[in-house]
Parts: sequence; C-alpha cells; structure tokens
Amino acid sequence: MSEEKNTPKLKKGLAQMLKGGVIMDVVNAEHAKIAEEAGAVAVMALERVPSDIRKDGGVARMSDPKMIKEIMEVVSIPVMAKVRIGHVVEAQILESLGVDYIDESEVLTPADNKYHVDKSKFKVPFVCGSRNLGEALRRISEGAAMIRTKGEAGTGNVVEAVNHMRTLNEGISALKEMSEEEMAEFARTERVTIELVKETRDLGRLTVVNFAAGGIATPADAALMMQLGCDGIFVGSGIFKSSNPPATAKAIVEATMHYEDAAMLAKLSEGLGSAMAGLEMDGLEQKYAERGW
Amino acid sequence: MKIAILDIQGSVVEHLRALEACGVDVVRVKKPADLEGCAGLVIPGGESTTLSKLLSRFGLRDAILAHKDLGIWGTCAGAILLAKEIEDGEGVESLGLMDIKVKRNAYGRQLDSFEAEVVFAGKKVPAVFIRAPKISEVKRSCDILASSGDEVVAVREGKYLATTFHPEMTNDLTVVQYFISMCA
Repeated sequence: MSEEKNTPKLKKGLAQMLKGGVIMDVVNAEHAKIAEEAGAVAVMALERVPSDIRKDGGVARMSDPKMIKEIMEVVSIPVMAKVRIGHVVEAQILESLGVDYIDESEVLTPADNKYHVDKSKFKVPFVCGSRNLGEALRRISEGAAMIRTKGEAGTGNVVEAVNHMRTLNEGISALKEMSEEEMAEFARTERVTIELVKETRDLGRLTVVNFAAGGIATPADAALMMQLGCDGIFVGSGIFKSSNPPATAKAIVEATMHYEDAAMLAKLSEGLGSAMAGLEMDGLEQKYAERGW
Repeated sequence: MKIAILDIQGSVVEHLRALEACGVDVVRVKKPADLEGCAGLVIPGGESTTLSKLLSRFGLRDAILAHKDLGIWGTCAGAILLAKEIEDGEGVESLGLMDIKVKRNAYGRQLDSFEAEVVFAGKKVPAVFIRAPKISEVKRSCDILASSGDEVVAVREGKYLATTFHPEMTNDLTVVQYFISMCA
C-alpha cells in the first residue's frame, strides 16, 4: 500500500487538530510540563519569551537545539520552535531535529530583508504571522500551513492582535464583494495567485487554520480573540510572566474552550493574581509586527 | 437523529460538516447537559492530554459515562480516550470504554504523519494519519474493521467505534455513515 508523507493536507491537518486550543511559549522542560499539565495543545520552545527579548535587545536567533530536544523529550504534545524570517538554515536545523511545526517569526531578528523562507520546499509544516489578508495569502503561497496574527509580542497588550484579526476579517468581507476584475487586480497587487484568492473567497475564510498571537495575557483576552473568529490561541510571555503561571495557563486554556460563556469566563478569571505587566504601543522602541511584509 | 460532538478542541468543525452532509442534526457538547437527547457522540481528533484534562474539569467525563448506551466514535485522540489501556499514558485518563490497548504518537512525530488508503468494512477509503496512535492489542470482544499494513486502524466493540485515522478530514463519508447506522 502506498503511503504519502508531508503532503499539504497533513501539514494543514496538524494545525486543524490544534484548533480551539492554546499553544504556549516555554523556555525549558519544566515550563513545558507546566504547560502540558494546564492543557496546552502544543508548546513553542524558545530561549527567551518575547518580553525578555524586548528587554534584553540585541539579535534574537533560533534557540539552542539541546533545549529544544529536552522539551521534545518531556512532553507528548507537539513541539514548535522559531526561526528568523528568511533563515533557511535555521529551518533546516529544526527540521532535522524533528520538531512538529516551525514558526517563521518576526519576534526573532529577520535574517533576510527580501525573501521569507520557501516553506513549500520543507517537509515540516510552518506557521507565519500576518497583519492582513494580503500578507496571510503571501505566506500561504510560500507554503505556510497555518497563520497567526502578529499582534505585538512581549507587550501583554492585546490591541494589535485585535487590530490584525479585524483587518483580516475586513479583507475577507471586501473580497466577497469584489467583481472578477477587482479580484484579479487584488491578486496582482498582493502578489498572490488568483486561484488562492478565489478559494479564500469561496470559503469565506483563510484556507488554513488561523490562530491569535501577540499580546494575549488574560483569559478574557483569549476569549476576545476567539469571539473575533480566531481558531485558537498562542500565549507567549503572558503565562510565565504572570504571578501564578500554572493557574494562568489553566484559566487561559479553559477560557479558550468556553469563549462564549461570560459566567464561566468570570469564574475562570477569579483570583489569578496579577497578569504580566503590559506595555503601551506608543512607548515601544521596536514594533515586531513591522518585520516581514 | 441527533449526534453530539465533544467540543473541547480539535477536529470539531470537520466532524460537524461530515455529519451534516449525512443529514443528521448535530449538537456541540461543552457541558454535560448538551448530551441530552442525542443518539450518538463523536470524540474528535485533537490532543489527548488536553481532551482528557478538560473532560474531567467540566464534568464531561462523568456525563459521558452516564450515557454509555450511546453510540460513541473516537477518531485519533478520541480513540485513545475510548481505550481501556494506554501505553505510556502519563497525563491521560481515558474513558476506558473499549477493550483495546493503544500507544500514543506510535508512528513518530509530525514528519511521520501519512496518508494512505485502507479497506474499511470491505470498502476502500482514504485515510489520514496525523501523529496517530496504534492499537497494539484488541480483545476478543472487538471486531477489526480496518488495517493498514500490519496495524489495526479501526475497531468496533458493540456500540463503540475507534479509528486511529481521520475520516472527517476527507470527503469520503463511508465511516461517518457507518457510525450513524450504529447509532440508529
């Protein structure tokens, strides 16, 4: 019997299995166990959470393979890891480690200011950030099997994630109203194929799973993003920079499941201690969302 | 007929579409009360640790065990949750309804996920295996409905059905219709 591996269906399929769940940033095996215990559907292994990257400054790169392997050892849920935008070799290294998903991420310092990684050449699936429909479609054209909002990582401020999800939704609504000529023009301007544009219009949503990321810090933030139509949630600094990570992690997982039930959300939000300290957009030296195109 | 889908996380919409395409009413289950009046329950694909923990936290485990007379179908993670025994099952408490033993992520990681064709109850169907479990032991009370190579990939025991692959990820409704007929 012939078996096929690493097909687009399988790449997109793993993300489909994560829908309705929470993917948590973890920096070591101990954090990874806390995330799994809380009910995370996957973990993102990285050396520093985004708020520390922001604080420390300097060039942020792929994490030490040793740390990634240790995390893959201790949890049974999928393990993702980040590469710099356009850093083909970091991606090759992560693929050789056997990670389940690669995040080509603007949270790390971009390695190429012209090209993103040609993700269709890889066996391992990729997730990429986007701020709007055009950007999402460009990443999907390059082979991304999952999309997330960029938001503004490491701020604990959900405003940009909301902005990016709304902008994407508006883009899809506008697409539904377009004539054939307008769609062709849209495809040309956004540098994507007309087939992908039409497929997206017919579905009324992106052709891949779309998670929220970048600034989610509370159960209410997670539920807000779900109500806006996201398929699931990435939480970065929001968990391990809160005063009670296990309780915060558990509450965010539960809020993502019960995102439409206000009474339940009230109960889940009780007594969690303080959420991570947040940052205002105006005070930021560097907006990570502006990285990539 | 009304069929319930456990709506914690995972391939919920995919199952919903497949069931609706077969003409049954579908209800999403987030709370114990949502199970009332249903003829069957689908436990979708997803992460078995997550599903197991949230089943317990929201009283859904007890609710399902109180509705044992329903037809119940588990795909992938759902199949793990139906098994009496899980190898290396740390962090997962199953419902223990089917006399089978399963091993999680038994083919490997995502790079080992695969598509194949299997013969299900005598008919060829496309099968999608994503970080799939293996059914390592099947007790005599179970019927094997499909195999892929040396591996058992679909088992029925009375009103319960376990598939290690994802029929909800394809347009072929054979397995979905089979399950609906089990619930009738």
